[in-house]
Parts: sequence; structure tokens; C-alpha cells
Amino acid sequence: MEIKVVKDIMGANDQIAQKNRQLFDSNQVFVVNVMASPGAGKTSLILETIKRLKGKVKVGVVEGDISSSLDAEAIGKEGVPVVQINTGGECHLDANMTSTALGSLPLGDIELLLIENVGNLVCPAEFKLGEDMRILISSTPEGDDKPFKYPLMFHEADAVLINKIDLLPYLKFDVDAFSKAIKGINQKVKVFPISCTTGEGVDRWVDWLLGQVGG
Amino acid sequence: MHELSITQSMLDLVLEQAKNAGAKEVGKINLVLGEMTGVVDRAVQFYFDFLSKGTAAEGAALSFKVIPTTARCRSCAKDFKLGEFDWTCPHCQGNNIEIVGGKELFVESIEVE
Repeated sequence: MEIKVVKDIMGANDQIAQKNRQLFDSNQVFVVNVMASPGAGKTSLILETIKRLKGKVKVGVVEGDISSSLDAEAIGKEGVPVVQINTGGECHLDANMTSTALGSLPLGDIELLLIENVGNLVCPAEFKLGEDMRILISSTPEGDDKPFKYPLMFHEADAVLINKIDLLPYLKFDVDAFSKAIKGINQKVKVFPISCTTGEGVDRWVDWLLGQVGG
Repeated sequence: MHELSITQSMLDLVLEQAKNAGAKEVGKINLVLGEMTGVVDRAVQFYFDFLSKGTAAEGAALSFKVIPTTARCRSCAKDFKLGEFDWTCPHCQGNNIEIVGGKELFVESIEVE
């Protein structure tokens, strides 16, 4: 006997993500899922963003890594609430892991929650966490061909940050062609060329983010 | 490596559907995978063989229908397969594109006894 199913395999994750979303909404927390390959600058961007938001928005951070708590320690020094999730080998965060971590955060005292996903350009795209917004950091040394290799990630992002633009004089990276390719398949995307090292462009990103949180 | 958790979700869904139908055994699972999801059929098969042991779906055959990443040009409304290094429309050279296929990830049907 054949049974028609036609059900999304990610349904179970999506249901938990929906519950997370309700919890965030009831606490009025704006949530950003930060995705990138390893070494693109996720933690650096979060640190630079926190510094610029001090006194403006109350920030909290979820740090997702396969192992270690190095990133959480670096962020804890900025004086914001942070919780580390070690996925123990899983290459992405999922809604359930996120839900477990939320119990350790003072959600009532957080207005903006930055969730640093595991460094990976494939797997995190499939797993909703309950976020309001997805951002993708793509750094110039990775090359300007990344949208073509990881289309889903670029298709799903609300903002793409091109990090390490201070290295552009040494690299073959065409910022215009890169931006044009992403905007072709993703009409809503905002592109921000930045350098977490020199600070160039970071204020523009933070101003935009503030507008999103406020809206 | 997301195939491990994706295969577990797929198996949970299949076992729930089989149970609801009062089935004892799942003989075949028909899956639809979009190329854009990056889910690799061989990896799903590998994890499935391991995860399904001792369940009603142990030994079930997996069938994969792979959907290519398909784009639709917003200028001339023609469909085309997304190129590897070029995302312009081959018909009108426009670059305002909508993805219309390749994101699928679902269980289409199961065959049970």
C-alpha cells in the first residue's frame, strides 16, 4: 500500500523554531542568525557590533561551535550575556539546540540576540532557529565565486557583509560583480562591504541593524 | 554532514506516518531532494541504514528524485538551469532571477505493508 505523505523533512525543526520565535516575540527580542564559513569574521563582527551598540541596545549572544568556548569568553569580556552551545560534531545549530540554550539567557533583559552559527556555508541554511533575520559574512580571501558555489546560503540571507575589504589591494575580488550576482537571485538583500580590522563600513551596517531592531 | 539530522527527521516522519496507517513494515520511501539543499543522497542512504536498524523502516528502499536548481528570469519569464559561474538569463541576458526549483526536501510517499 502506498501512502501519500508530501511533508517537509524539516517540519520537526521548523515547529521548534516557531516556538522559539514565539518566546522571542513575547520578550520583544530581535534575533539575528549570523552565518559564514570558518574564519570569515563572525566573532569579530559580533564584537565590533556590540562595541558600537553599547548604551543603545541591550545585546545578548549565543555562540555555536563544534567545540571549545574561546569565542564565548571573548564576548563575555564585553560584558554582555553569552551562552555557548557546543554541538559536539554537528555542523550547524538547530532549533532544539537553540531552545535549550535560551534557558541560560536573561531574555527579558535582551533586545537584540546575535546567534553565531557554526562555521559552514551549507548546513546552517536548512535549519531555522526562530530568527527574525539571517546575515551572511563572506570575506574577501574566500574569493568572489562563493555565491555560485553556495547559492542557497546567499539566496536566504537578508544581508551579506563582505568582510576584510582592507585586503582588497592584495586579492582578485570583484566587489561589484559579487554584489550584482547576489542581488540577481536575492532581491531583498543588503550588501555591506566592511573591515572588522580597520572599522571601515561597520558603522553603516550597525546603523542599518539598529533600524531593523527598532522597526 | 547535515544529512545525519536530516535523515533522523525523515525517519521520524516516515515512522509516524506508517504508525498512523497501522503498517507493520515500510518497504520503500520516495524522497524529493532539491539540488540547492546540498543534501547528498549517498550520505542519506548511509545514515538511514544505521538509524533505521530495529525500526519498522529497517531495510526499506530509498528512492531519490533530485530536482535541479531552476531559475526563472523576471524580465522574460523563461526558466533556465542556474549556471555554475554565471547567473544571467541565457535568453535575454537579464540578471533579475527568481529560484523556482531546487529547494525541495520532502517525503513524497511511502510504501507499507
